[in-house]
Amino acid sequence: MADARFFGDGLKYLNPSDLKGKLIAIEGTDGVGRTTHIEMLQEWLEVQGYGVVITGWTRSNLMSKTIEMAKEGNILDRWSLSLLYATDFADRLEHQIIPALRSGFVVLADRYIYTAFARDYVRSADRTWIRDVFGFSLIPDLVCYLRIDVETLALRVIETTGMNYWESGMDLRLGTDLYDSFKKYQSLLIEEFDKMAMEFRFNVVDARKSPEDIQDELRSHILPVLKNHTPPVNTDTVPL
Amino acid sequence: MTESHLPKSAPHPYPGKLIIVEGIDGSGKSTQLQLLHKWLESKGHKVFFTEWNSSDLVKETTKRGKKSKRLTPTTFSLLHATDFASRLYHHILPPLKAGMIVLADRYMYTAFARDVVRGVAHEWVRKLYAFAIKPDMAFYYNVPIEVAISRLLGGTRGQFKYYEAGMDLNLSPDITESFRLFQTRILAEYAKIVEEFNLLTMDATQDIEMQQEQMRALVEDALRGYKPRRGTYGRRTLFWRRFEIPKSE
Repeated sequence: MADARFFGDGLKYLNPSDLKGKLIAIEGTDGVGRTTHIEMLQEWLEVQGYGVVITGWTRSNLMSKTIEMAKEGNILDRWSLSLLYATDFADRLEHQIIPALRSGFVVLADRYIYTAFARDYVRSADRTWIRDVFGFSLIPDLVCYLRIDVETLALRVIETTGMNYWESGMDLRLGTDLYDSFKKYQSLLIEEFDKMAMEFRFNVVDARKSPEDIQDELRSHILPVLKNHTPPVNTDTVPL
Repeated sequence: MTESHLPKSAPHPYPGKLIIVEGIDGSGKSTQLQLLHKWLESKGHKVFFTEWNSSDLVKETTKRGKKSKRLTPTTFSLLHATDFASRLYHHILPPLKAGMIVLADRYMYTAFARDVVRGVAHEWVRKLYAFAIKPDMAFYYNVPIEVAISRLLGGTRGQFKYYEAGMDLNLSPDITESFRLFQTRILAEYAKIVEEFNLLTMDATQDIEMQQEQMRALVEDALRGYKPRRGTYGRRTLFWRRFEIPKSE
C-alpha cells in the first residue's frame, strides 16, 4: 500500500507511507462463511510464497476478554459497544496490522470497520459518529463482500452454529423470539452493507454459490492487487 | 459523507443539573467537588457523584493495558471514551432525567487536553465525544505547575504514577521532570479549552475555604429556579405508618 491513507482523522504520530504489504478485508454478515474462505485464501497465498497474517474482529490481546465480559452482561449501550469494537480494532491496527504491512505481509482481515459501521447504524440511524470514531483506520487495498440473502442465511446458521443473542440483535428487541429477531436484524445489516458496497466500491461476491466458486471469485479479485506487490521475477526480459 | 458532529453546544433537555470540575492532578479540584457535594446534600439535594475512568466495564482493562504498557495514544483515548460512554449511560443520564444533581470529577475536557498532548488528532477526539451532553456548569481549577508538584509530592500521594507523569511519552527518564513537562503541556491545552468551551476558571492557588465559598456562590446562583426532586420513598413509608390504610383499597 504505497499510497496508504487513513479513513478520516489519522494517527498523527504514525507515518503510513512505508507500508509495503497489502491489506485485504473480507466483509459479510454473521455465518456467511468468511472465516472458512479466509483460511483457504491463506493456504493459497502461502503456497505462492506470500507471508500472510490474519486479523479477526474482537481478537485483540487488550480487548477480547473485556468484550466477552461485556456481552455476557448484556448491559451495553450503543456507544460503549461501538467504542469497545473501536478500541479492539485500534489495538490490532497498531500492534498487528501496521507492523505486518510494514514488513510486507498480506494482511487478511476477517471483518473490517464496515462491520462496525453497519452494526452501529442499525442501532442509531446515524452514520457520522461511528465513521468519525474509526477515522484512524487504514483504507484497505481491497474489500470483498460476501453477500447473502437473509432466508438462505437463516437456514445456514440454524444448520451450523445456531442463532445467538448478539447475532440476532436481541438487544434491539426487534422481534419476540430469536428467529424473528435474527431475520429482522440481519436484514437491516445486509441492507446497510449493500449501501456501503456502492459507496465504498466493495467487490461483491455472491455467497450462495458453491464454496469452490466463491473461492475462485475471491482469488480473481485478489490477484490484480498482488500483481504490483511482488517485484517482477524476470526483470531482464522486460522490453525497453 | 455526512458532516461531522462536534461536541454539543446546546444545553441538555433534562430536569437535573450536571456540574463538573476539570484541572490537572494537584489542582485541588476533587477536594472542591467533595466539599460542594457535602454542602448540596446539607441543603437537602439528592446528589450523584461520578469520576473519570471508574466504570466496572473498562477499569480492569485500562489497568491491565497500563500495566503491560501496551496502550498507544489511540487505544488510551478510546478506552477512556468507552468508560465515559458507559458512565454517561448508566450513572449520569438516569439521575439527570430524574431531576437530580450530578457531580463529575473530570469530564470530556480531560480527554481533549490529555489525549491531544499524547498525540491524537485534535479534531478526532472532539468528534469521538460528540455523544456527550453539555454540563450545566464546568469549573476549571487553574494552578501553576510548581504548586501542583509541591502539593502532590508533599501530600498524600508521595510519588507520581507512570501514565499520570506521561512516562509513555519519553519526555524525561526522571519521573518528576516528566510529570512537569507533561502536565505543563496539558495546562497549555486546558488554556485553549477554557476559551473554546467557556469553562469557569477558578484560582486554585487560593485557600481551600475561599475557593469553596466562591464555588458555592456560583452554584447557588446557577441553581436559582431549579426545583430539587427529592426521593419520595422516605415520605411514603411515613405516610403509611401514620394512616394505616386498609389493604382492600
